[in-house]
Amino acid sequence: MHPAPSVIIFTTLSGLGFGLLFFLGLGLPDVSGWIAFTFFFIAYALAVGGLMSSAFHLGHPERALKAFTQWRTSWLSREACFSVAALVVMGVFALGAVFFDAQWRVLGVIGAVLSLITVYTTSMIYTQMKTVPRWNTQLTPLLYLTISLAGGALLAGQESLAPWLLALAGGVQIAWWMRGDGAFAASGTDMASATGLGHGKVRSFEPPHTGTNYLLREFVYVIGRKHALKIRGIALALGYALPILLMVLPLDSIALKHAFAGLAVVSHLGGIAASRWLFFAEAEHVVGLYYGKR
Amino acid sequence: MTDLPTTTERKLGLVIDLDTCVGCHACVISCKGWNTENYGAPLSDQNPYGADPSGTFLNRIHSYEVQPEAGAAQLVHFPKSCLHCEDAPCVTVCPTGASYKRVEDGIVLVNESDCIGCGLCAWACPYGAREMDQAEGVMKKCTLCIDRIYNGNLPEVDRVPACVRTCPAGARHFGDLGDPDSDVSRLVAERGGMDLMPEQGTKPVNKYLPPRPRDTVEEEIDILAPLLAPVTEEPGGFLGWLDRALDALPGGKS
Repeated sequence: MHPAPSVIIFTTLSGLGFGLLFFLGLGLPDVSGWIAFTFFFIAYALAVGGLMSSAFHLGHPERALKAFTQWRTSWLSREACFSVAALVVMGVFALGAVFFDAQWRVLGVIGAVLSLITVYTTSMIYTQMKTVPRWNTQLTPLLYLTISLAGGALLAGQESLAPWLLALAGGVQIAWWMRGDGAFAASGTDMASATGLGHGKVRSFEPPHTGTNYLLREFVYVIGRKHALKIRGIALALGYALPILLMVLPLDSIALKHAFAGLAVVSHLGGIAASRWLFFAEAEHVVGLYYGKR
Repeated sequence: MTDLPTTTERKLGLVIDLDTCVGCHACVISCKGWNTENYGAPLSDQNPYGADPSGTFLNRIHSYEVQPEAGAAQLVHFPKSCLHCEDAPCVTVCPTGASYKRVEDGIVLVNESDCIGCGLCAWACPYGAREMDQAEGVMKKCTLCIDRIYNGNLPEVDRVPACVRTCPAGARHFGDLGDPDSDVSRLVAERGGMDLMPEQGTKPVNKYLPPRPRDTVEEEIDILAPLLAPVTEEPGGFLGWLDRALDALPGGKS
């Protein structure tokens, strides 16, 4: 699959933003006034910034409002509805925390749950694709949710919780990769089932056109696959291992602690972006079989 | 709405004969021509006369080589367009309701004025039947020539999809696959029509007729062949003398 920068930025930033909103809604940390403003500003900048970025890959962004209508069947539509619901509820909660020094707990918990559901709906957009065997697994929502929770905990300054959640997310990430590597072969879709010409060995003799087309550009993306293993290493190191290390290092100075926490967030963000790039670049769509490609 | 209808009154679709298709691409051209000039946004080309041409097509012809365990390889031309699936995954993923499957005839269509060009329906389609038009930013797909098949202004013979009308080999058939007595249904039953990627669970309406087994190519090409075998394997006469003479020269036998 073509790793569109807009979608990588969207899933990375929004996941992190909604993860932070989850912890803020639960009162972890229990903040008010200017500190609350700063926390909510960061969370909204990430979540809304990500959503805005995703609008850039639309052919007709001006019709985006129509995307709220088909929640009965479409995960993308559900994502739109839940993200707005989460942002509105958490916005009201944020008003209380910033201006009235109030923690409207019920509202916060509802907002926290809506934030997590938003991340879940994002992951289901990919999970539902039977055409991309690497994505078509219940491990995909688990991956998105654990990464969002780990990043959220990291940003919310949950020192005791963040390393455990990061380790958990890292574990799910490894499991997701291991399962994904055999997913295409296990899906049962191959050139014989694609063409129905199973009475012999099927080989693509001639493609429909000498040039490329939308399908090949969008679904048969092979650039950088040879570096996949190295990028996995970078994603694991930056996304999970280094942030854990930075969080658990025993430090006396508060300033140094904050600097290391900031470094951990930046490292995590870079690692997750690398992981998301692989999420798309390594994903093979079954339509490639018609072109004798993967 | 993007809910799929539980049943449709008819199941209009194509039956494509892989035994007959000669791979001339005439259906590709007639499809592009009709659908550029009629319903919906035109099918654009990018850099059509340049070094790297590409464009939107609703119908593409692949060619495959099939090598059986024993015997000669076969070349199969393979037209591919929307299969108008009963359980169309492209419809349910659409966030705006632009994609829909018609209750009256089962045709899967895109309402282009509602399409936001997110591309998710093309992701969901295992067959590559949907292509985003790069100029219009909306999703294009086969309409089964909805503006021909119900068009009272056309002579009756032309009220079939452009690809079917133009096929010089008679490899494409159009009809109601929901009616077991229709010509296309009988053809599918007789020839063992098949689904593409049945494991994807899309229940395609369009069916493909498998190529018939080719006449076997005998090992012996002609009964006279043994008589035409070379009478001698070793050079004799002048060539034999030359062979021996050259071998005798300094430098040794070759």
